[in-house]
Amino acid sequence: MDALKITGLRKTYAGGTVALSGVDLTVAEGDFFALLGANGAGKTTLINILVSLVTKTAGEVFVFGIDHEKDLDAAKAKIGVVPQEFNFSIFENVRDIVVTQGGYYGMSRKDAEARADVLLKDLGLWDKRDVASRTLSGGMKRRLMIARALVHEPKLLILDEPTAGVDVELRRGMWDYLRKLNAEGMTILLTTHYLEEVEQLCRNMTIIQRGVVVKSGSVHGLLAESDGRRYRLTLSSAPNDAQTKALAADEVNAAVAVFTLRSDETLDALFERVHGAGLRVLDVSHAENRVEELYLSTLAK
Amino acid sequence: MPNNIPLNAYLTIVRKETNRIFRIWSQTLLPPLITQSLYFLIFGAFIGSRVGLVEGVPYMSFIIPGLVMMAVIQNSFGNVVSSFFSAKFMRNVEEIMVSPTPNWVVLAGFTSGGIVRGVVTGFLVFLVSFVFARPTVAHPWAVFLFLLLTSTLFALAGFLNSIFAKKFDDISIFSTFVLVPLTYLGGVFYSIAQLPPFWQTVSKFNPILYMVDGFRYGFFGISAIPVWQSALLLLVVTAGLIITNLTLLHKGIGMRQ
Repeated sequence: MDALKITGLRKTYAGGTVALSGVDLTVAEGDFFALLGANGAGKTTLINILVSLVTKTAGEVFVFGIDHEKDLDAAKAKIGVVPQEFNFSIFENVRDIVVTQGGYYGMSRKDAEARADVLLKDLGLWDKRDVASRTLSGGMKRRLMIARALVHEPKLLILDEPTAGVDVELRRGMWDYLRKLNAEGMTILLTTHYLEEVEQLCRNMTIIQRGVVVKSGSVHGLLAESDGRRYRLTLSSAPNDAQTKALAADEVNAAVAVFTLRSDETLDALFERVHGAGLRVLDVSHAENRVEELYLSTLAK
Repeated sequence: MPNNIPLNAYLTIVRKETNRIFRIWSQTLLPPLITQSLYFLIFGAFIGSRVGLVEGVPYMSFIIPGLVMMAVIQNSFGNVVSSFFSAKFMRNVEEIMVSPTPNWVVLAGFTSGGIVRGVVTGFLVFLVSFVFARPTVAHPWAVFLFLLLTSTLFALAGFLNSIFAKKFDDISIFSTFVLVPLTYLGGVFYSIAQLPPFWQTVSKFNPILYMVDGFRYGFFGISAIPVWQSALLLLVVTAGLIITNLTLLHKGIGMRQ
């Protein structure tokens, strides 16, 4: 069964701004799915329609087969959402925020408290359970919103830029936690601007631009299709003019040269070209994240 | 997990609202006590001693039901308008909106919070009145009925105000320009029987008059308007507010883009 099936989704805001112009999207149950797009592409509008913060202009939405239009409350019960901006009460304490959210989903106080305690421990917020939410650090606030979204054990977790403003160590910890949830069977849909996140976590992705889907498929499949890979080579010394010409690099900056390889070119051939110019390769790395290349080339088309 | 959405969601909202009232008691419960005590002191004790009997009741005793009702009205209204608008403004109302909590439960929960604050404040003001007089209650059922109807009606009015409010100024406009004048002109400090016939007729368009009059009947067994008429009018207005609020919530007006 599809966790999410969206067809022909449109949204035009009261002022006439068109946010979505007919989006089709399917997320399979158990998938880890990325929704990409520039700021203003319509990602947050799409998520807000799913959780009824925004009303759609047209289209159909099914959540685990439940028609959004016919039984919105049952559809919403399946979803947990982590919004882009902090939207909890700054006056309430951490545990109360999670427990109260459980209540809104119909959980008894006892059940919600037990579940909140497990989540706060899992997400490293147990020591902060009794402090006012406003005193938490940015990373802790993000984790609080994840705990809040999970309290009712949703089948579909939606995260709108969950790692924005989170330091590298915490981000890796969050990735591990999301991988664990996904491995346990939870379907996850996330939007992010960290394209490394997509390559690390997601199996399928969709890129939307100006309210329409411009590319969709498996992350690996789309990467294999993409033209050219860019590598950054640290050379044994800065090339002179003749060596620079022989290297035919995209750009050379002191001893660092950036190359683009066609899909039929091998790294061996590149290394031979460097050796032929009388230089050695000390180090090699991706010049850009591969998903980033795919993303930028898709948006440029 | 056996979930009971209407009941547990309702209890969650009421608990949250009640905790808020008692957590910030110096902003919610103390100010009306101080204000009403000053009214008792100035109008009741200082000036009232020279007024004599009103409808056969000493003036100090006569104003007790009106001052209790004034506290109930302002606090049941103020609680919902500030709590629900703050939730909208800080966007934590989204916590409820993304959940399967039905609209009628949202309305019932916030209204109950307003009723709790109205009733608790009214009771505290009533206790303070013992410092100045020895109030008696002739018909407890009428006191209870009008207390409940009034706090419900104004909690619902507060909800309606906060649905339309877009900024903090919007939540004080109704209170300043409508609620306060109607309360003062609703017979809190006088009996409409004392007014000329024309102003008696005008006063009958003021819904607060019916609340104060019915509530006063509960204390002294006297009323300027038949009690059943007052109760019926309040019931009709309450029903109208429930329908209006639910319709607006259903359409998402002021809530959803």
